[in-house]
Amino acid sequence: MIKNITLSAIAAASLALGFTGAAQAAGDAGHIEDVDFSFEGPFGSFDQLQLQRGLQVFTESCAACHGMKFVPIRTLSDKNGPGMPEDQVRAYAAIFPILDETANLHLIDIEKNEYRPLTQADNFPANNTANAPDLSLMAKARAGFHGPQGTGINQILKGMGGPEYIYSILTGYTGKEKVEAGTTFYENTAFPGGWIAMAPPLFDGQFEFADGHSSDPHHVAEDISAFLMWTAEPTMMARKKAGLVGVIFLSLFTFLLYLTNKKLWAPHKGKKLSA
Amino acid sequence: MSGIPHDHYEPKTGAEKWVNNRLPVISLIYDTLMIPTPKNLNWMWIWGIVLAFCLALQIVTGIVLVMHYTPHVDLAFASVEHIMRNVNGGHMIRYLHMNGASLFFFAVYMHIFRGLYYGSYKAPREITWIIGMIIYLLMMATGFMGYVLPWGQMSFWGATVITGLFGAIPFIGEPIQTWLLGGPAVDNATLNRFFSLHYLLPFVIAGLVIVHIWAFHTTGNNNPTGVEVRRTSKAEAKKDTLPFWPYFVIKDLFALGIVLVAFFAIVGFMPNFLGHPDNYIEANPLVTPAHIVPEWYFLPFYAILRAFDNTVWVVQIASFVTGGIVDAKFFGVLAMFGAIIAMALAPWLDTSPVRSGRYRPMFKIAFIVLCVDFLVLMWAGAMPAEGIYSLISLVASTYWFAYFFVLLPLLGIIEKPTAQPATIEEDFLSHYPAAKKQAD
Repeated sequence: MIKNITLSAIAAASLALGFTGAAQAAGDAGHIEDVDFSFEGPFGSFDQLQLQRGLQVFTESCAACHGMKFVPIRTLSDKNGPGMPEDQVRAYAAIFPILDETANLHLIDIEKNEYRPLTQADNFPANNTANAPDLSLMAKARAGFHGPQGTGINQILKGMGGPEYIYSILTGYTGKEKVEAGTTFYENTAFPGGWIAMAPPLFDGQFEFADGHSSDPHHVAEDISAFLMWTAEPTMMARKKAGLVGVIFLSLFTFLLYLTNKKLWAPHKGKKLSA
Repeated sequence: MSGIPHDHYEPKTGAEKWVNNRLPVISLIYDTLMIPTPKNLNWMWIWGIVLAFCLALQIVTGIVLVMHYTPHVDLAFASVEHIMRNVNGGHMIRYLHMNGASLFFFAVYMHIFRGLYYGSYKAPREITWIIGMIIYLLMMATGFMGYVLPWGQMSFWGATVITGLFGAIPFIGEPIQTWLLGGPAVDNATLNRFFSLHYLLPFVIAGLVIVHIWAFHTTGNNNPTGVEVRRTSKAEAKKDTLPFWPYFVIKDLFALGIVLVAFFAIVGFMPNFLGHPDNYIEANPLVTPAHIVPEWYFLPFYAILRAFDNTVWVVQIASFVTGGIVDAKFFGVLAMFGAIIAMALAPWLDTSPVRSGRYRPMFKIAFIVLCVDFLVLMWAGAMPAEGIYSLISLVASTYWFAYFFVLLPLLGIIEKPTAQPATIEEDFLSHYPAAKKQAD
């Protein structure tokens, strides 16, 4: 019996560990730096101040080219997110600019024939002006780690690596440029293929944070990566809590079933039960 | 119900008699739950319960998801994000459904390989096996169509690649593909019909599951020895079996509990591990992903599909003999479906009179290699189809077919089986010396 349990366990583990749909060829993937984020692991949680700094970075820099059309503005007041007071969120929404005239037609006030101010009930606007990808889900739409040999084991140890991918892109510029067919490309050690169309977005002293946190590009890259993890997975903390409650209660329930099963079978296995 | 002699349900109270005389539903439930089950079933016999649980989980979570999902190419992706962000508990329900599919396939592979090792497919259980294979095929169809619904990049391109397989059929392939898609390419019509079928097929599966259970309740369960329960008298049958309730229900629930602890840990702590990041990018017919990779549970057969390219001599011969009708693409499709049909044919390919692999020394080795082979194919399916990976896929695919079409028929003839226990009771008691002492 023991042997069979072990066998099943090994078979189960090898299937679960070894092979994942997310596993894919390494090959042309760039170098991804592993960053220790506060939200990693089963008990990790978002750092609210970091998310607020990340929001500031998004607003002052990323939003110029990138949209975030799946993220409802009201969620900025989530206590498991940036946790901004609701009146601040309302004020923030009202002044958030709509830069892309064609991608946000649903925000036009038909009577006045102009864009109405955003409210907290709206999502962030889309922004395709510079052909930059939408950032709502970026942290889940990229994996930093795949290996070894496409088996995806690193994703168990280090996480999927989406935020690490963003961090590595933002800090991976070498300073080299090239122009191809009229477009400037910038060399980047993290980007697949090595050349990215996005100009280096971060430079020293670009931001001033209310909490006095350092604004050197590495710290800023961490903040925006954490913020984008939150926009991609705003329910992460609720999910981890549900998972933990599930694991604890199911473990207890399973232990009771173990005892029940043992007692039930004992007479047939010729075992005496110690009281 | 079963050929194993046992006590049948006798209505005792007036109310029970009244109901049972009009509709024998109580006796049906009683006989189903009290079915004599071989005592010696090991922990590989728990996956049936896990599978039943998965089907129920997928149907329940799926019905809730449908309440918030919109099957339209412009709205599907956004409606999934709506579920993830705005619907109360929506993110949990969606992650349960998404990972529930993986648990479903994990369990079905454990279940199938258990059947392959212990010879559960052999007479008189062929119909149980065939129905199981049909359920597995329907699961694959359902899983594939479900993966298309979020309308991410892998959804779209997976759908394009897989429906393209039908296009490889000579002469009639292209009309069939157009008919399946509802148009010249994967579009709104495709999404809508996949949604419709994704909702329908689980109920077809549920119906077939009932037939599957009915079939093996008629023949009785197989067991790790492959030796049949003694049916000569009720007393002897009782020595080999215990009723399903409570012995196996409690045991299976205990095992299900362990499986669910692992399942909830994955859903809670790493729900996207088994998915593909590209599916968080909205479908875009103009941008092809660098690598189109199916879900992990399709990878072994995807590897077989891709293994047979133009450079393989079998493919060249097939192409030459048929005057080019069977090209490399069509050959790959045939190989992929053939790999599953090979499994379904196992009852007639296996010539050994011994049912359980436990008493077949050569078969045991061939089976272990088959398990490794399956994992290798799964890994190769996730790698790009080039260089060394193509060769590995080809070798592994060849073994898959060799196992079913060469080794199963051959081993039964050349192999010398070891001694089997005379009865299930003997096997059971050999594991529990204390019980043996009492019995003696």
